[in-house]
Amino acid sequence: MSDIGFPILSLLLAVPLVGAAVCLFVGASAARLVALLATLINFVIGIVLWASYDPAGAQWQFVERADIFGPFSYALGIDGIALMLIMLTVFLMPICIGASWNAIAKRVPEYMSAFLFMETLVIGVFAAQDIFLFYIFFEAGLIPMYLIIGIWGGQDRIYAAYKFFLYTLLGSVLMLIAILWMVRAAGTAAIPELMVYDFAPQAQTWLWLAFFASFAVKMPMWPVHTWLPDAHVQAPTAGSVILAGVLLKLGGYGMLRFSLPMFPEASAQFMWLIFGLSMVAVVYTSLVALVQQDMKKLIAYSSVAHMAIVTVGLFAFNQQGLEGSIILMLSHGLVSGALFLCVGVVYDRLHTREISRYGGLSINMPTYAVFFLLFTMASIGLPGTSGFVGEFLALAGTYQASTWAALICTTGIILGAAYSLYLYRRVAFGEQKNVDAAAMSDLSMRELWLLAPLAGAALWMGIYPESFLQPIRRDVSMIVERIDRAKPASDSQLVENVGWTERFRTVREEHHENTAAGGAH
Amino acid sequence: MIQIIVFLPLLAAIVAGLANRSIGNVPAKVLTTGALFVSCALSWPIFLAFMSGNESAYVQPVMTWVRSGGFDFDWALRVDTLTAVMLVVITSVSALVHLYSWGYMDEDPDQPRFFAYLSLFTFAMLMLVTADNLVQMFFGWEGVGLASYLLIGFWFRKPSASAAAIKAFVVNRVGDLGFMLGIFGVFLVFGTVSIPEILVAAPDQAGSSIGFLGLRVDTMSLLCILLFIGAMGKSAQLGLHTWLPDAMEGPTPVSALIHAATMVTAGVFMVCRLSPLFETSQFALNFVTIVGATTAIFAATIGLVQTDIKRVIAYSTCSQLGYMFFAAGVGAYGAAMFHLFTHAFFKALLFLGAGSVIHAMHHEQDMRFYGGLRKQIPVTFWGMMAGTLAITGVGIVGLGGFAGFYSKDAIIEVAFAADAPYAGYAWFMGVSAALLTSFYSWRLMFLTFWGKPRWADSEHIQHAIHGHHNDVDHATHAHEEAAADNPPAQEDAGSAPHAHAADAEQLPDGTGGYHPHESPLSMLIPLIVLSVGAVFAGFVFHNFFVEPETAGAFWQGSLAFNEPLMHAMHEVPTWVKWSSTAAMLLGLLVAALMYLRETDAPRQVAENLSPLYKFLLNKWYFDELYTLIFVRPAFWFGRIFWKGGDKGVIDRFGPDGVANVVRSSSGLAVRFQSGYLYSYALVMLLGLVGLVTWVMVR
Repeated sequence: MSDIGFPILSLLLAVPLVGAAVCLFVGASAARLVALLATLINFVIGIVLWASYDPAGAQWQFVERADIFGPFSYALGIDGIALMLIMLTVFLMPICIGASWNAIAKRVPEYMSAFLFMETLVIGVFAAQDIFLFYIFFEAGLIPMYLIIGIWGGQDRIYAAYKFFLYTLLGSVLMLIAILWMVRAAGTAAIPELMVYDFAPQAQTWLWLAFFASFAVKMPMWPVHTWLPDAHVQAPTAGSVILAGVLLKLGGYGMLRFSLPMFPEASAQFMWLIFGLSMVAVVYTSLVALVQQDMKKLIAYSSVAHMAIVTVGLFAFNQQGLEGSIILMLSHGLVSGALFLCVGVVYDRLHTREISRYGGLSINMPTYAVFFLLFTMASIGLPGTSGFVGEFLALAGTYQASTWAALICTTGIILGAAYSLYLYRRVAFGEQKNVDAAAMSDLSMRELWLLAPLAGAALWMGIYPESFLQPIRRDVSMIVERIDRAKPASDSQLVENVGWTERFRTVREEHHENTAAGGAH
Repeated sequence: MIQIIVFLPLLAAIVAGLANRSIGNVPAKVLTTGALFVSCALSWPIFLAFMSGNESAYVQPVMTWVRSGGFDFDWALRVDTLTAVMLVVITSVSALVHLYSWGYMDEDPDQPRFFAYLSLFTFAMLMLVTADNLVQMFFGWEGVGLASYLLIGFWFRKPSASAAAIKAFVVNRVGDLGFMLGIFGVFLVFGTVSIPEILVAAPDQAGSSIGFLGLRVDTMSLLCILLFIGAMGKSAQLGLHTWLPDAMEGPTPVSALIHAATMVTAGVFMVCRLSPLFETSQFALNFVTIVGATTAIFAATIGLVQTDIKRVIAYSTCSQLGYMFFAAGVGAYGAAMFHLFTHAFFKALLFLGAGSVIHAMHHEQDMRFYGGLRKQIPVTFWGMMAGTLAITGVGIVGLGGFAGFYSKDAIIEVAFAADAPYAGYAWFMGVSAALLTSFYSWRLMFLTFWGKPRWADSEHIQHAIHGHHNDVDHATHAHEEAAADNPPAQEDAGSAPHAHAADAEQLPDGTGGYHPHESPLSMLIPLIVLSVGAVFAGFVFHNFFVEPETAGAFWQGSLAFNEPLMHAMHEVPTWVKWSSTAAMLLGLLVAALMYLRETDAPRQVAENLSPLYKFLLNKWYFDELYTLIFVRPAFWFGRIFWKGGDKGVIDRFGPDGVANVVRSSSGLAVRFQSGYLYSYALVMLLGLVGLVTWVMVR
């Protein structure tokens, strides 16, 4: 039953779907207009959705349901977390269409159609309340992405698309089996009901692993991340934007919706698996990012590092960790999307992503340099930008769970600054040593209109994140409450006012350990 | 009112920065400088009100920031005595530096950008000192880091400038790692990041223990040390100091504002702001004392042999910050803040004076090519003289003296008086560093203003002369020069003799026919104002900052003022009071001997003590060490992980391996490549069929 007496979620799915169909029957320039119009309409609907969402109201709002057969039903409904991710999607989509305006020359109608179709499917993932429906959207959402990489991609697009496919294949099969088992055991396919169903701890272990196989790839977590750099490098600019902006959020969303609330005991059991992989990922991929010569690859690797902070935050089992992770997902969607756009801007002019082919762009492209700097700073989590709020909260949550994980993951702020500023230096600073790069013109009006909203959103989220925290607060605290029973012990336990003997022992122990980090006297 | 002080510079920065060249140089400069003078004019009444005791601390809320399960912090502006002191320091120096930059940056094509950055910096610094919670302090902390990055790299065409900018940011981030973990720890222990609440709750946690990295440690020691690591980064203390000398790549007004008077003192401010927290952990205080005292002497030794005028002052700054830290470490937070206050004036003065010299010498920064400038640029000379008298602490015990005489000597005496574990060490290092300070400061003065001109060998001067002689493209030349304050040849000034042009006409007087000109009025006014500060700041304000009877009322509990310690400071034996004066005189004497009388002596000393000289000249090899153990391994590991890990292992045994198996076994490579999508759809379809079947038979 919809709160505003109108199936708004279905409309959100229908508009791009209709647009996708129309695109196939019109010419290139008309297809562009149709796509822009459809995504803009969806954005407006999204705003209406956000405006009419009541953070204090029911957990699931705008609910629609139509039984199809058996346990399978067309059920939609969102909570605050889904709302925020839908907003991210509808916000980024018009920008993607705008970014493809001139860059895509061949098969424009099909391209626009694929994008619109993807929008429907991605929104469907976030809105689905039936687990089978979710599965269909979740897996099908990647098909348009394969097409976009495989048809409109660069030189090695086939290899990249193939890699993308192979990784996702394994995960999706396992997830499907797990879903079948779950529906059978719980007797329902409704996600809200599954979220409060207690599976036997033993079963949880296997189910968790099956879901993890799929989510870890989508995230992507180390070591199943190697598809991402190739996919980004080969994808057209808008493809990269939507891949980094929205598709990478599917894994995190899945963990929030399934792994944590449905399998709390298994989540606790595997906390160290997640922490371990994330800690490796932060250091490993940051160092790899440092030596990249290709702009897109560098940003792709930085995405893996950022997503690792999302995963540690999600499994920190507390409010700050979860909220931070969600904000970081939103922020990363905006910021890395914007960074890929920035790469696209210069790629459109010079047709290379080789970092060394640029240099001194601050001289001939000052406006571009300002935007690029802003997004670079947001990416490395400068306070006042969206990246900071997410990273800071997620790491604060992590610290409460494990000081080791917090320490290692926080080194990401050093390494992140190193590779991002090193990139910025090579692109925007220095002398104009390449004549063709020096002749490039500054941002066009169209490009300015693509980047400015992203800049505004990134600053808004950094200065007044309450707008984004408020809708998710209740939903996050429900997850935290639900998983609290399995919360693992923390290594940062505070022991208040220990007795003298205890203190003496502490001091002696510490002398033995000879720690440099702190001590008692 | 406080909102105007803080946000007016931001507004000016945004307007000047966004409009950039479209509004022209003068409006941008008027806007930013005007905003700063307004902020300054509004700040002094607040400070005076606190001095007269008519004002008490208050917090001006601005806006909600983050609410996350009890981890709540807001944008708010806190005003108390400590803030008021910082307000006047920041806005005064910043306003003067803005004014000074009118003259100094006159030839630069990018002036609006420069002034926007300066104002942005001021805003961030003000947010830092008005913070009511640790996270806003961190916001300001990183904000000044950003501004510092932008300003060091202002002449971004120069590779050395952009490299120095990155270095400053990244090294600071190492400190920030500690700061961030410290904030997390504070929240874990206290459940809040509000500074007043933490300070109240801190004593209750003394003696508790907490887990950290699998160890059990004293809670307050851990938190203080983590936070202090942040302070070490920002204030360039031993180990995390390497960015500060390189930061001299920025234009000189930036060095004066950011890398001398304000930003680098943020660490000292933080320790003072959190002084009740630090008071709960003797271990942390000992750590602060040792780091401060060691930095004071360490940086001073390097300052002895540097030849770049700005680098000498940079190391001097580093050393003076060490003084402030060990003062805080022994419990004399008032003395630390007092030195911060006076140091802001005389160090800004020295930097701006150096800028004026550089301006007069056509962007030559190497003191070996100076000499005899006393008569040529008298106002600059007297300004720098005031600064030197202040930093070396000239004065007569019982009578009075220049600013440093009050603040630095207070620190040295209080270190002697304190019975903290490492106070003796700190005192000894303090006196020794005072000797070195005097030597390198006078060396700078003698090399620059006394002796015969040695200008002719300077490449920059050659440029100027030829520009004048030919009168061709003089304007263009000046332009290029302005955009290259410190060309790459200067990069490691002093590590090797300069390869300066030798074919130039050698006039017997060493001037090369060059005539240095005194700087314009916009540069001289700030010098004069700051000179007044360097002369009188100590005398006028010492009652408020450090005197045991009056200072307690002044601070109003905004820092942990230790009255008995300040009493004890006055009770130290007479020889202690004279010790720093003696050190100062000795330093002056040696410098005069070596640089005025036996001008060949420095070379001989350097030759006789060659290993030591090289060690100091190369800054104790810190940069080389860090390159060896951090920078190169980072790149090396990056390549290994990428080529070896991702490509060599993960891909080889993952997707590529599977592809090879498929290809070799089925021989359907081509069809597979084009059919991957269909196989994917097939899997999904099969899944759905399975699902339907399962539903039917259930």
